[in-house]
Amino acid sequence: MAIGLRALNRVAGLEVLDRIGMRNRAERLLYSATKNGFRAADAVGRRFNGKQKLDGAKRQSTGKRATQFDLTPTDEQQMMREAVGDFAQEKLRPAAGDADAACAAPAELLEQATELGIPMLGVPGELGGAFEERSATTSFLVAEQLARGDMGLAVAMLAPAGVGTALGLWGDADQQGTYLGEFAGEKPPAAALALLEPRAMFDPFELQTTARKDGDGYVLEGVKSLVPRAADAELFIIGAALDGNPALFIVEANDGGIAYEAEPAMGIRAAGTGRLTLSGVKVPANRLLADGDPAAYRECVRLGRLGWCAVAVGTAQATTDYVKEYVNQRTAFGEPISHRQAVAFTVANMAIELESMRLTALRAASRADQGLDYAREVALARRLATQKGMQIGSDGVQMLGGHGYTKEHPVERWYRDLRAAGLMEGVLVL
Amino acid sequence: MISLETPKKFQVLVDQAHQVAQEILRANSRKYDLAEHTYPKELDMLAALIDGMNDGGSTGGAGAAGVRGSDDGDEGNKNGSNMATVLGVIEMCWGDVGLLLTMPRQGLGNSAIASVANDEQLKRFEGKWAAMAITEPEAGSDSAAIRTTAVLDEETGEYVLNGEKIFVTSGDRADLIVVWATLDPSKGRAAIKSFVVERDNPGLKLDRLEHKLGIKASDTANFVLQDCRVPKENLLGSPEIDTKKSFAGAMKTFDNTRPLVAGMAVGVARAAIERTRELLAEAGVEVDYDVPAHKQSAAAAELLELEADYEAALLLTLQAAWMADNKKPNSLHASYAKAKAGRSATDICLRCVALCGAVGYGEDELLEKWARDAKILDIFEGTQQIQLLIIARQLLGLTSAELK
Repeated sequence: MAIGLRALNRVAGLEVLDRIGMRNRAERLLYSATKNGFRAADAVGRRFNGKQKLDGAKRQSTGKRATQFDLTPTDEQQMMREAVGDFAQEKLRPAAGDADAACAAPAELLEQATELGIPMLGVPGELGGAFEERSATTSFLVAEQLARGDMGLAVAMLAPAGVGTALGLWGDADQQGTYLGEFAGEKPPAAALALLEPRAMFDPFELQTTARKDGDGYVLEGVKSLVPRAADAELFIIGAALDGNPALFIVEANDGGIAYEAEPAMGIRAAGTGRLTLSGVKVPANRLLADGDPAAYRECVRLGRLGWCAVAVGTAQATTDYVKEYVNQRTAFGEPISHRQAVAFTVANMAIELESMRLTALRAASRADQGLDYAREVALARRLATQKGMQIGSDGVQMLGGHGYTKEHPVERWYRDLRAAGLMEGVLVL
Repeated sequence: MISLETPKKFQVLVDQAHQVAQEILRANSRKYDLAEHTYPKELDMLAALIDGMNDGGSTGGAGAAGVRGSDDGDEGNKNGSNMATVLGVIEMCWGDVGLLLTMPRQGLGNSAIASVANDEQLKRFEGKWAAMAITEPEAGSDSAAIRTTAVLDEETGEYVLNGEKIFVTSGDRADLIVVWATLDPSKGRAAIKSFVVERDNPGLKLDRLEHKLGIKASDTANFVLQDCRVPKENLLGSPEIDTKKSFAGAMKTFDNTRPLVAGMAVGVARAAIERTRELLAEAGVEVDYDVPAHKQSAAAAELLELEADYEAALLLTLQAAWMADNKKPNSLHASYAKAKAGRSATDICLRCVALCGAVGYGEDELLEKWARDAKILDIFEGTQQIQLLIIARQLLGLTSAELK
């Protein structure tokens, strides 16, 4: 599960490390990772060419089977987790309230996320990516940490990574050569993978957005809902039914026929959610991903749900941490309210279910990495993220009482954000 | 590398345990549920088989003594005896919780001896079946309040025990009983020690066997200790009253046994979910893991919900065992596992009965039995409420005086 020297080099070279005061820790991690046996540095430089001729589709390496039960992240995962975690605490958390109100993520933060390598999580090394191995687990840990800072901002930052990962997994040589290198560049495109449609009882396997064959290409019609960064996105992957079967299409924002309107929602507002209307959008034949393979679409749905589990775990962790501190400080009837079982047991249950959510989702991620079937595990993780995640969000507000209901504290935002985890589809393809 | 799969090296153990559970435990489930207080003689042969598995060493010790742990000094990640034991327990309780609880030589007392006995004691008590006697009529969860006394008779070098013990699992069947008693009731928990009492000690009198809601295959004995004399060499741990360490030593057993009880809950929950899935399939209901729950039948959605809690309980249990194997302090996570698994198993089994209607409620199926069996798993080895207290105190940094 080596991220490789490129990632270490990239993180170690970041200005953001100095700004948030974690230079020493990063160097220590770099040291220990190197000490524990790293491959020699090969081709450290990055390429930025958008249009490359590839001799074939490039993939990150996959399928290494574990023989042991182990909850220890690799050194590289730990390093990435700490770097992203510090970034989330130092930068995202303080910016979250304003970004929520503005329904937009600050450009500066998005740039810093790019510096951290987030958009290139799924980009193979040959295309300039830093992560040699395909790892849903690494992406999970990154997404969790980002959302511990703020879910809305995390979604804004992870949406391009989701498109990159989809192209890394299912793109052919032509599609990768055209688009994927950009995700490892200095200015990766704002992008989002959109499956959700605006109706009750939505099922991603029964899409109303359609694609029909038209000459050499396709024509797409339909509406996509709650698409992150919809206003500034340059690239989309759109779920549309082709001959009755759901499939994934690459759509550029300037393909024509795409109308956008803001679609602010209960939460994840910093992600700048919007609604896309596709009216007679004509795309060439080479925009169909994975030749319309139903297995690829199915995997895309599963990995997207896993991503929403990851951000739910992060936000639920933030909520639990915040409540733990608050109930020890807040006094009533002459003592901290934490001294009452009604309060203390609520905190205990938040912690139990948080760990439940995390382990269940991590198992799904690690099974995906090991090439094992993970449909069941994702479904169970999503169930917990939906139910227990929301309960944690609700308890978070409850434990702060009236104060929790106001914007003086972040728990009301986390309450709104956590509702997203159970209903969103796509976007956060890990 | 993060992986939450069953370790490859324990797959054989799991398969063996599953076969045993299927062919011997499950096969006798209803028989001993109906014949409470009858000794399940089928287990004698099985116990010998488990002894053999433990001595074989390849499994790392799958029995009650597996909680002692091993120090093989290997670098890096370990999957050891705690993991092996909990995996074995899960499979066995998929078969039958009550029968596992009364498995000869696999008592809670055996775990206590394995955890805290010195080498001489280990040797002396080897091959014996040991039950555990903690609870008293007036001291349940509050084990620090026990009133059974132990007074050293300097002349004979014996401790003299007096008091009453209830809820002793397999107490009448075991060879030994590990009795918790206080050297000085005025000195609180630090004075509480555990003593190994031979079952045939004349001072240890059986009062009665309980009639219970479930786990009827497992006898539950109540005893009176009347001038019960035990050699002082039978005291487990240090005889000193050290206010800092003693009780913690006694409680240490629980950090290792709580994941085992969680494992029992995981096993019975899996049994209920599997059978319910079969019965629902016969009725035309199948869970599709990809289709959103709201697009499936209510029964399918409910089964999905139950399975999610099962999965969480399983993984929390394995995590607690993994931490023990890797010498990470696991007191908090052992309680996470016990709390989650105990309540989930009860909830899962009860809802499976309801999902299967009259078939689930009737004695032709084992679902109603599992629902009765499961309830004890949210009670013994620390009730749900005690687990929440332990968890909350640790998370919030509160003492037992602050959070009562």
